[in-house]
Amino acid sequence: MAFFLAVSLNFFLPRLIPGNPVMVLVSQMATGGVQSDALARIYDNYMREFGLDQPIHIQFLRYFGNLFRGDLGTSFMLYPGKVSNLIREALPWTVALQVPTILVGWIIGNVLGAACAYKGGRFDAIAFTSALAVSNIPYYCLAIILLYALAVSNPIFPVGGGYSFGSYPELSLSFLLDALHHYTLPFLSLTVVAIGGQAIGMREMALYELTTDYVHYSKALGLSDRKVIRYVFRNAMLPQITGLAISFGTMMGGALVTETVFSYPGIGSLLFTAIRQTDYPLIQGCTLIITVAVLLANFLVDIAYGFIDPRIRAAQLGER
Amino acid sequence: MGETLVLVLRSRRFMIGAILFLAVLCFGVIGPRVTDRNPFQMVGGLFNPPSEKAILGTDNLGRDVFTQLMYGTGTSLLIGFVAGVVATGIGVTIGAVAGFKGGFVDELLMGITNVLITIPAIVVLILLSIAIKSRSAVVMGVIIGITSWPWTARAVRAQTSSLKTREHVDLARISGYTTVELIVKEILPYMFSYIFMAFILQFSAGITNEATLSMLGLGPYQTVSLGVMLHWALLWEAVRTGAWWAFLPPVVFLAVASFSLMLINAGLDEVFNPRLRKS
Repeated sequence: MAFFLAVSLNFFLPRLIPGNPVMVLVSQMATGGVQSDALARIYDNYMREFGLDQPIHIQFLRYFGNLFRGDLGTSFMLYPGKVSNLIREALPWTVALQVPTILVGWIIGNVLGAACAYKGGRFDAIAFTSALAVSNIPYYCLAIILLYALAVSNPIFPVGGGYSFGSYPELSLSFLLDALHHYTLPFLSLTVVAIGGQAIGMREMALYELTTDYVHYSKALGLSDRKVIRYVFRNAMLPQITGLAISFGTMMGGALVTETVFSYPGIGSLLFTAIRQTDYPLIQGCTLIITVAVLLANFLVDIAYGFIDPRIRAAQLGER
Repeated sequence: MGETLVLVLRSRRFMIGAILFLAVLCFGVIGPRVTDRNPFQMVGGLFNPPSEKAILGTDNLGRDVFTQLMYGTGTSLLIGFVAGVVATGIGVTIGAVAGFKGGFVDELLMGITNVLITIPAIVVLILLSIAIKSRSAVVMGVIIGITSWPWTARAVRAQTSSLKTREHVDLARISGYTTVELIVKEILPYMFSYIFMAFILQFSAGITNEATLSMLGLGPYQTVSLGVMLHWALLWEAVRTGAWWAFLPPVVFLAVASFSLMLINAGLDEVFNPRLRKS
């Protein structure tokens, strides 16, 4: 349902734009002094190629049909490059950047948040305020500062890209090391922000759990701090998993811009170029893949939730 | 009420946040009225370093960064504010109606809300921004607002459905209040603190979202905002050429604006939610 709506929005919104993209494309060619009837023929050809000569409902049906065959249309900017090929090249970079940052940020953030709640006092005050600070300055602010501090002023890390000029993607040790070198800064800037956000959520949950009866009871029984905090952690964890699912969408936006800051060759940079060149098929392709990724991630978290929460697991196994 | 005020004023987080925010606000609102410079006026060459003529140097087209910063801060705050008002307004309306009416209306409204939550807001933002050709600052605020209300709606609905079973609401209903009157007079005042905090969060998110969109090149037309400044700086490689004056000021202002709002929110949270108050 959400998917259908997203796809429809994806189709209709760019089409509301006044002006005809093919016209722009053709007029760019016209600078060379091409004859006008030749231009008209080129125009007709493009209109057919992009399917813009059909009435809107047929365009829509065709869009859907192509979608299921994995065909996202042809890019205006890199004509006749296929949008799906461009996305296929960019996607691995984005996935390789996002998945580890989210997981690492989530784990460290949760441990830190629980520690804040449990220790309290000065440790809490400092850690909580800094978590508030890093999680609420926008992603790319940190990215820009890191880039300037660690790549421009002190050139420890490369200034951008996914790998060095002159080398190209292959499965060799030197390329992997090179890619890793380029990977550090984007990874760092995204992870730090993710840690902050998760820590704040976890702290709140853990503070709540610490006031519950079972904690008082365990403490009265004389259980060790380590044991109590483990119970608290496990209970406070469940809402945090839901929290992870809902933060995907917001994280995505920040991560896209972070990519453009580091000129990382992922979906974000592709989208950036596509917007600058008003390349509608490519923009649509990017927004579509983002939607699909977020929906997929949500779905996976839902499934994982079933495994982790004993109540849901029991219900599914028919024990209740 | 007086007691709450004392607690608010005693909260260190709130006070620091409020002072920081007021400083940024004054800079962005009063600054443009005092200066005689235009943010688009050229005063120097490409990326001139800070000097007496331009305190924060010049940007890629030789325009004064300090003047841009004043105008840009004002625009960003305006967009954030409009987005906050729109998002909170829609969220509270839908949430309150759904929670109060219950039944079919509730299911319909919450169904829509839940579907919208799963679609990443950034995608809708990008598509809407492309579709609307002339984006003024206010229009941009509205666009951001109408994509970020679902969470507020859900939370308000939950609160409304528990508040509506209270006795004072029943009493008002017997006295012949209409539905609208009941919601406005008997329910909303009881979650005012919550609504205000939601607004602060939406305000902060609005500023951040504006910067995200502008950096992707979908910012307001013919105006400077903090995000637009960053967009220019990125396009013209200010970071890589080491022109720190072109990108650091907007970054710092964005960070301070959203962080101060967050501190205000955290401070208010401590006041309204005693469990978070630790001695």
